[in-house]
Amino acid sequence: MLRSELVERLQAEFAHLRLSEIEAAVDALLDAIAVAMIEGRRVELRGFGAFSTRVREARTGRNPRTGASVKVAAKRVPFFKPGKELRAHVNRE
Amino acid sequence: MPQLKTVTRADLTEAVAEKCHLQRADAGRLVARLFEMIEHSLVRGEPVKLSRFGNFTVRRKKERIGRNPKTGLEVPITPRTVVTFRPSQLLKERVERGKGKAKKTR
Repeated sequence: MLRSELVERLQAEFAHLRLSEIEAAVDALLDAIAVAMIEGRRVELRGFGAFSTRVREARTGRNPRTGASVKVAAKRVPFFKPGKELRAHVNRE
Repeated sequence: MPQLKTVTRADLTEAVAEKCHLQRADAGRLVARLFEMIEHSLVRGEPVKLSRFGNFTVRRKKERIGRNPKTGLEVPITPRTVVTFRPSQLLKERVERGKGKAKKTR
């Protein structure tokens, strides 16, 4: 399912809203999650899961082609942990 | 570092209603339905690709041998289907660039 398909499916259920309004709402929702992660906050959606960020420590990597070692700086990455119910439903059959 | 407030469904509903000038009830139902639709897609085994945000995919894991860290006993981990989230390049960059911001009190 793509973003566009998600918007279409929502439109079918929210017939009184314009497609552009639904698009804007989906954008606003995903952006609110992104902004929370940028601010270092955790987004907790009961049953679905939680979005947070994790720190990847600095490490010495290797250029796979030349074998030369390169320093990889520490970084902060987005992380999603699926909730109990989501995990159970996906794993059911 | 002070503990930042966790964002909930209610906060997301509020943000959507405010930004898009929607009735709170509509925004709330829309937020709820969006996550249900993502879940249904994943339950069907179909990945969800949200451009500029990231992709949710389902992966099948084979059985493997695990170990109880307390007792050291070997136990089989049953095959299972799990959800993984791969953030988009854009989201990764935004989070990385915002790193300094996270330390500020807000």
